[in-house]
Amino acid sequence: MKNHTIIFNNPVYINETATIAGPKEGKGPLKNYYNNILENDLLKEKSYEKAEIKIHTSAIKQLLNRSNLTSKDIDCYFGGDLLDEIISSSFTMREIDGPFFGIYNACATFAEGLILASCLISGRLINRAVCSVSSHFATAERQYRNPLELGSQRTPLSQWTVTGGAAALLETSNKTNIAITYGTVGKVVDFGVTDANNMGAAMAPAALDTIMTHLGDTGRDVDYYDLIVTGDLGHAGSRLLITMAKSKGIDLTKNYNDCGVLIYNREAQKVEQGGSGPCCSGLVFCGYLYTKLKMGIYKKILLVPTGALLSKTSSLQKESIPGIAHALSIELV
Amino acid sequence: MMLDKEKQKEYLAEVRKEMPKTKHFSTMLKAFITGGLICCVGQSISLLIKHFFPEFDEKTVSGFTTMFMILITCVLTGFGIYDKIGSFGGAGSIIPITGFANSIVSPAIEHKREGIILGLCANMFSIAGPVIVFGISASILVGIIYLFI
Amino acid sequence: MEIFLTYLKVFLVGGGICLIGQILINLTKMTSARILVTFLLTGIFLEAIGVFEHIKNFAQAGATIPILGFGSNLAKGAIEGAKSSGLFGALTGGVKAVAAGLGGAIFIGFIIGVISNAHSKS
Repeated sequence: MKNHTIIFNNPVYINETATIAGPKEGKGPLKNYYNNILENDLLKEKSYEKAEIKIHTSAIKQLLNRSNLTSKDIDCYFGGDLLDEIISSSFTMREIDGPFFGIYNACATFAEGLILASCLISGRLINRAVCSVSSHFATAERQYRNPLELGSQRTPLSQWTVTGGAAALLETSNKTNIAITYGTVGKVVDFGVTDANNMGAAMAPAALDTIMTHLGDTGRDVDYYDLIVTGDLGHAGSRLLITMAKSKGIDLTKNYNDCGVLIYNREAQKVEQGGSGPCCSGLVFCGYLYTKLKMGIYKKILLVPTGALLSKTSSLQKESIPGIAHALSIELV
Repeated sequence: MMLDKEKQKEYLAEVRKEMPKTKHFSTMLKAFITGGLICCVGQSISLLIKHFFPEFDEKTVSGFTTMFMILITCVLTGFGIYDKIGSFGGAGSIIPITGFANSIVSPAIEHKREGIILGLCANMFSIAGPVIVFGISASILVGIIYLFI
Repeated sequence: MEIFLTYLKVFLVGGGICLIGQILINLTKMTSARILVTFLLTGIFLEAIGVFEHIKNFAQAGATIPILGFGSNLAKGAIEGAKSSGLFGALTGGVKAVAAGLGGAIFIGFIIGVISNAHSKS
């Protein structure tokens, strides 16, 4: 470990991914990169929470199927989501026979899982791990904002919680040559943003902090990467990050993008600032970016999922919104 | 890491520069049209009630008009239509009595899955509760003030 | 012609009230609960100082359909109650006057809540 960056000397291979996208995501620009697209986001369940659990479960089961493994072959599962007490992940694991770590870093949960799993695998403590995340528009909307049927306007700053589930299989052995080489663990950064609709502004400082720490620790340059991709800063949040990075002497205009920007067609799908939620980076990475890595179009990616660590209670008590971001260097080796 | 207060202000000023501006004109126009139309619907209902039941006094007519407006809203909310009117009209769909009815029925529908008593009934006034508390308290205050003048 | 003029007044006043509300939302990012409370209290205040009666005579449903009308009914009931039966009237008059709206909203809201389900958005 160098400063805040963990060096995975024994490479950790991402050998398989599975994605389940909601109906709206399935109409977005990345629709060809998902394994499954749902036609209905209730899935004939009694509640949207139950539907999210079902999505999460089938993401993991599909991952196991695709890699010809059973649930017992996995040494450790890392899962997380947005709901109170991360019920979607925990309840998912009732169906799956395996040791489980439930984790929460809001929308950066996917990166947290990947880093933790990579540590164990690279240290040769375990051989195989599954990292999974899920989120659902209807469950997040109810928990963080208003009832679905309340006639209220979405502010121009708002973001759309991604519906879907994503899972990735991490192993010591190389079936593919896609490997996690570095992981930079982020700090909780709070710049005093209190508007719960403006999560891009709350998370951008955390993303910048982590990107700078990563570049400093590894001695790499921005140009080293084919793509630096943040989690869910949205359109305005990414612009803010680019401006802030420029003032620190980092040029992000060439090879930078944001999963929240990539996942929807902003104009046609009326999503204001773009997507959000743990599955935003989950779907974009496991679907789109993973395919591009496999095809060799991208060779070196810095994935920086970002999370806004707020709750409805903290917002009502006028607390500002702390942000966090973890960075993962994913390369063809 | 928490930024100190001075730097926070600088950052928030920078954020304001980057963030998209609210479209004042179009939202205001939409609110005006939606609100105006809802009031016209109310006017038509009260005229119809007056027409068919000429024996009703003014209070009864206005009571029935309100109930009718609430009924229409609740049905539209149940079918998932009122929130579309709401996302178009903004304040135009919140301020009429229909917005009040929507704010009662929408959490009721949302929390039905946690049971009728602790879910639906307990959450019915999660948004409209303050309206009733403030309304009744203020009216009692006004009544008491009138006792002394 | 007269009916057209009436509707024009209803539309302009009702729409105008909502327009003021939208300005408040745009400038202060108020949520629906706060907007409703603000306008309700405005209605009570306007009734208490005797202005609301004039607006109502001018614009009819344009003044009574917005939540202002609900507030004015509350205040009017309380004032009338206070005049006719003293303290007891002041305490009960407001609720009595809005019983139609309140009772209707609770009853219909309950029924609709029981029979319908929340829809996800796309």
